[in-house]
Amino acid sequence: MSQRTITINGRTVPAAEGSTILEAATQAGQKIPTLCHHPDLPPLGACRVCLVEVEGERNLQPACSFPTREGMVVWTHSAKVRKARRTVVELLLSDHPSDCTACARNRNCELQTLAEELGIREVRVRVEPRGYEVDDSSLSVVRDPDKCILCRRCLQTCSEIQGVSGLRIRGRGYDSLVGSAFDTPLGSALCVNCGQCINRCPTGALTERSAIAEVWEALEDPELFTVVQTAPAVRIALGEALGMPPGQIVTGRLTTALRLLGFDRVFDTDFAADLTIMEEGYELIQRVTEGGVLPQLTSCSPGWIKFIEHFYPELLPNLSTCKSPQQMFGAVAKTYFAEVAGVDPAKMRVVSIMPCTAKKFEAARPEMRASGFQDVDYVLTTRELAQMIKEKGVDFMVLEESEYDDPLGESTGAAVIFGVTGGVMEAALRTAYEVITGEKLDNVEIHAVRGMEGVREASVKVGDLDLRAAVAHGLANAARLLDRVVAGEGGYHFIEIMACPGGCLGGGGQPIPTSPEIRQARADAIYQADQEMPIRRSHENPSIQALYERFLGKPLSERSHHLLHTQYTPRSRRAVQVQDDKSGRQTGA
Amino acid sequence: MVAQGKCTECTQIEAAIDAIIEQKGPEPTSLIEILHAVQQELGFLPQSVQEYIAEKLNMPAGTVEGVVSFYTFFTTVPRGRHVIKVCQGTACYVRGGKRVLEAVVKHCGCGVGQTSEDRRFSVDIVRCLGACGLSPIMTVDDDIYERVKPTKIADILGKYD
Repeated sequence: MSQRTITINGRTVPAAEGSTILEAATQAGQKIPTLCHHPDLPPLGACRVCLVEVEGERNLQPACSFPTREGMVVWTHSAKVRKARRTVVELLLSDHPSDCTACARNRNCELQTLAEELGIREVRVRVEPRGYEVDDSSLSVVRDPDKCILCRRCLQTCSEIQGVSGLRIRGRGYDSLVGSAFDTPLGSALCVNCGQCINRCPTGALTERSAIAEVWEALEDPELFTVVQTAPAVRIALGEALGMPPGQIVTGRLTTALRLLGFDRVFDTDFAADLTIMEEGYELIQRVTEGGVLPQLTSCSPGWIKFIEHFYPELLPNLSTCKSPQQMFGAVAKTYFAEVAGVDPAKMRVVSIMPCTAKKFEAARPEMRASGFQDVDYVLTTRELAQMIKEKGVDFMVLEESEYDDPLGESTGAAVIFGVTGGVMEAALRTAYEVITGEKLDNVEIHAVRGMEGVREASVKVGDLDLRAAVAHGLANAARLLDRVVAGEGGYHFIEIMACPGGCLGGGGQPIPTSPEIRQARADAIYQADQEMPIRRSHENPSIQALYERFLGKPLSERSHHLLHTQYTPRSRRAVQVQDDKSGRQTGA
Repeated sequence: MVAQGKCTECTQIEAAIDAIIEQKGPEPTSLIEILHAVQQELGFLPQSVQEYIAEKLNMPAGTVEGVVSFYTFFTTVPRGRHVIKVCQGTACYVRGGKRVLEAVVKHCGCGVGQTSEDRRFSVDIVRCLGACGLSPIMTVDDDIYERVKPTKIADILGKYD
């Protein structure tokens, strides 16, 4: 790429052709404050916080979207710029609620940080916040429009990354309001509950629907037996919310912390991920060998499930009937484990720690009651767990490491990679290959399906079969792939879709902020965790083998079908389906 | 679909919208023209109509709503037979425009942006009509009333049925 030279604050620096001032400045180590800009989103120039002085231009220009040109002279922090920037932020603050101490994003708010960095000690114009009602109708996402600064990141996320376009801005000027079309409450609006908007919201306008209070109550009720499961992507991201850099594997501290919170058993969703591979792998083998509907689509990601129900209902027969690992876990915990441990399932509360907000909705689906009870009672995001750890006074940094409990705690490397895009595919192939061919894979690492490309394809030789696989993450990417499937192209056998960029590790319940670099660090940690596991194939997990021997029989058995498989609901794009009964417990959708 | 039950009227409305979309071109870029024509036809753009247009143009309903709510020309509620616009620009405002508006609102029994119960009048405000020398000013349909006094509102509006 050809280079050009520009001058920033009197210093001559290189700038790539087609780069913006912000990109060139960042490259040169010059920080320019931003607010609506996000590394995952195209530049928008909505907030005007990144205004800079460009010699020869009449007005200040937004660095995030203004292109560089040869010889341009830029001042990023001149008196004129600082004054304008301060005014912009003061105006944003003028009707923003100022009770930061009672906000979920306290100390992790970009507006708060910006005000601090600009040294704002006085807001010259103060008006009352608009007094909009908080929308807590969704089981996953809560909207507080008073805290919205109209940066439009959530809109862009919903349309560009997720292809849902459920959010819009209506009205104009002071009356502008972000929300669902026609102000439909989120709980009944076109929304897949993925929470990607939360991850990119600079303020506390979008947060998860918290289950912290209910979980404390369950933990402190001596009558109840509390069981917790932790999703693969939690162990490589939780540290970020507790002061560690991205990419740290904290599995051993996570289990200790959960015991300190008071859980009676600390189990692993990874166990259920191995179980999913058994069921889903055998389902794939059955579809391929007995002429079932192909390609088979994975069904682990509840944001993806709601997406296909809304946008591609004609492809529902392609969707694996397997429940997600979270739900398989719940069903097994309240049946098999309850029996083994002699615990009354009515007195058992299953709590999930998930990187995901859509899991909250999934747990409340009416079909997720195979045990005779709601299989998973409460879902906490990684962020909520971090909050509880802090609240309990647990010093995470110096915590001793511990192991998961038996019999639902043992897992393999194949399970931990469920947390990264391509991981379910790779885990399934590790098992399917060996089951179909009867041979052992020389190398379990199937690099062809790894990576961060939005849509990836691979052909894997499985015995006589050239298995055509495809992987997509981010629902806009998924839509591109599905359009090909609908058109009858690709000839795929198996497709993995994860709703969130990077897979679960980039989920809507993960620590904020997110960026391609942060997600890559988390992915590297997941693959490292896989390498460190003594067993790396799901079908070799002894606890899974025991579960089949003692309880389920074999994969796709009648009992498996009853407990571990499900069906789906076609939905309109004008959905009005979900109602919340407003009780504390997350119940029927 | 405009309505679940599919009344005859709904089918007719859908056919009318279809014809407009066909004529303007079923592209997202034709949206504003389509909205103008549909509003001309139906008098207003309720949610169901916006959703129908969004589906036909294969675009998010929120985008259509965003456009409709951005431009004051579009209305989502039925309009009266006559549209009153009271100027609230600076000159009109300081010369009694506010009291004129209050009198109009009182006479019609509906607020700004709304329509009177008998569907006779819709009340709007405008920010300037470019005739500040004649302030305060108001218009009813295409008729212009200059130096309006609040006491004359009943007389003026009495001419419209």
